[in-house]
Amino acid sequence: MSDALLQVEHLSIGFSQYFKGTKKRVIHPISDLNVEIREGEIVAVVGSSGSGKSLLAHAVLGILPGNAVCGGNIAYRGEPLTEERKARLRGREISFIPQSVNYLDPLMRVGKQVRIGLGADAPSVQQALFQRYGLKASDGRLFPYELSGGMLRRVLFATSVREGVRLVIADEPTPGIHPEALAEILKQLKQLASEGAGVMLITHDLMSALEIADRVAVIEEGRTVEISEAAAFEGAGRQLRTEFTRRLWRALPDNDFDLELQGKEEVRIAADRRKSGLLLSKGALDF
Amino acid sequence: MAKSIAIRLVRVATLLIGLSILTFSLIHLSPMDPVNAYIGGDTSASPEQIEKFKQYWGVDKSPVEQYLSWAGSLLQGNFGTSLLYRSPVLDIIQSRFLTSLALMGAAWLLSGGIGYSLGVIAAVHRGKLIDRIIKWYSYTLVSTPIFWMGLILLIVFAVWLKWFPVGLAVPAGVLESEVRFIDRVHHFALPALTLSILGVANVAMHTREKMIDILNSEYIVFAKARGESKWQIFKNHGFRNSILPAISLQFAYFGELFGGSMLAEQVFAYPGLGSTLTTAGLKGDLPLMVGIILVSSLFVFAGNLIADILNKVVDPRMKGAV
Ligand SMILES: Nc1ncnc2c1ncn2[C@@H]1O[C@H](COP(=O)(O)OP(=O)(O)OP(=O)(O)O)[C@@H](O)[C@H]1O
Ligand SMILES: [Mg+2]
Repeated sequence: MSDALLQVEHLSIGFSQYFKGTKKRVIHPISDLNVEIREGEIVAVVGSSGSGKSLLAHAVLGILPGNAVCGGNIAYRGEPLTEERKARLRGREISFIPQSVNYLDPLMRVGKQVRIGLGADAPSVQQALFQRYGLKASDGRLFPYELSGGMLRRVLFATSVREGVRLVIADEPTPGIHPEALAEILKQLKQLASEGAGVMLITHDLMSALEIADRVAVIEEGRTVEISEAAAFEGAGRQLRTEFTRRLWRALPDNDFDLELQGKEEVRIAADRRKSGLLLSKGALDF
Repeated sequence: MAKSIAIRLVRVATLLIGLSILTFSLIHLSPMDPVNAYIGGDTSASPEQIEKFKQYWGVDKSPVEQYLSWAGSLLQGNFGTSLLYRSPVLDIIQSRFLTSLALMGAAWLLSGGIGYSLGVIAAVHRGKLIDRIIKWYSYTLVSTPIFWMGLILLIVFAVWLKWFPVGLAVPAGVLESEVRFIDRVHHFALPALTLSILGVANVAMHTREKMIDILNSEYIVFAKARGESKWQIFKNHGFRNSILPAISLQFAYFGELFGGSMLAEQVFAYPGLGSTLTTAGLKGDLPLMVGIILVSSLFVFAGNLIADILNKVVDPRMKGAV
């Protein structure tokens, strides 16, 4: 599609490794990934642990390790996303919220980490960002080890908000976060999208992803299994295209109902699941 | 913090006591009798001087009493009189220490700076030719004896090329007051170079390892994802995370530095603390030897203390952990 912000087609990723000391082999954790994100759209990328979600994000950003070999096409705003272009765009038009708080420099005060790349008015922008994410101004003087996990997540968010960002890639921004903060983070992502950015929301948590996502890409073992509108995840999942996704959907604790259930009952369940925001556990995905 | 320093001070006090007992026992056991060594071959010593000297060592008393009286005078700052130089040991140590300090200080800074830079360059170009050269250079150096290195430099730069004097700290036959700064630099360049060339390897290899770890860390991946350039990544994260371990390693290196300077000073006949210790040892100048041993162990201890403090206290993550 021509109005796509980001288009990933047949992405494959291999790693060349040495084993038994000298022999070289290539492993292929990613074989065929397809994702497309339009402006102002939130696409949830859902898959079990090890399915290749983070690798997808890293490939788009051009931050895969040196021994990685990529195949397929990635286009950004209609043009191929070459390594040089990635280097130019990341941190400017494409921003990244990493999966773990270990991505923060342990020896740099968090305020300074947020100020990196902000330019002349960095201090005031950083203050504003801290306010936006519910961090105290004095927190800026702390080192990562002095902040709680939830606070660090918010710091990571603050590093990703930049003037001119068109694509936000958030790699599991929600694990281990209490429900209130979770709602807040989803709201923030929604806000980024409403400001016109495309958002790739990588998550285990299908339930909360569905609260804000426009579309959902399901990936398993390095392949895109299905891409569906978020609206298709309702009831017994009859609008879902693949059996895999249907089972994934029905495996959620709240959807543990008889297929024959119809009508009112379905509405009630749909309402329930919105309230609960349960995590999609690894077990639920490993059939 | 204060507590941890107090603990370390207690430790050094016990170390010095142990060291003094050890030195004393060695002296006591060695066939080198201090009184004989003092008088030996020296007919100018007057009976009073000998008497004073016997009193200082307390030769007539039991070994324990001897040690106590000797240690007592050490505590009062009385390190005795050098047999060779006929002046108070502390004065000699002071002047020689300053000479050595210039040498060791220059070598310390040079080897630290060059070693750190080489380590960073090697890590950034890991596996490439430049990395292999730096690694080869460092491994070759760590297995090179310092006196051998000193001799090579001496032969090439002093004997063949005649760029530098063959030895000493100042030109021979020139009055102390007339020695120019440039003369001193000229004289200590070769020994300092010898010391630094060998000191580089340690820091370089350590920094290389550390830097490779850092470059593989998630925070560097994230820095890259945020659009930081290679230089920014080094400036913002690489330097910050690697400089402290490098500096503390360099402080912990004081011991080897001192040992190295002893040999280098010997090769270049450079009258620093190290060569003085060798002379004192060979000539049986016990008071001077003991003085230098104690002072140099304090020096090495200070280096280790600073390294510890840097490691445990300056690193913000260690706050309150000590
Ligand atoms: N540097 C690497 N070298 C070799 N294999 C790798 C490397 N990085 C990831 N993999 C493999 O690729 C697969 C996908 O990894 P990825 O990190 O993308 O999973 P994920 O979907 O993000 O999982 P999680 O939900 O646990 O974060 C895994 O099987 C992993 O072992
Ligand atoms: Mg992941």
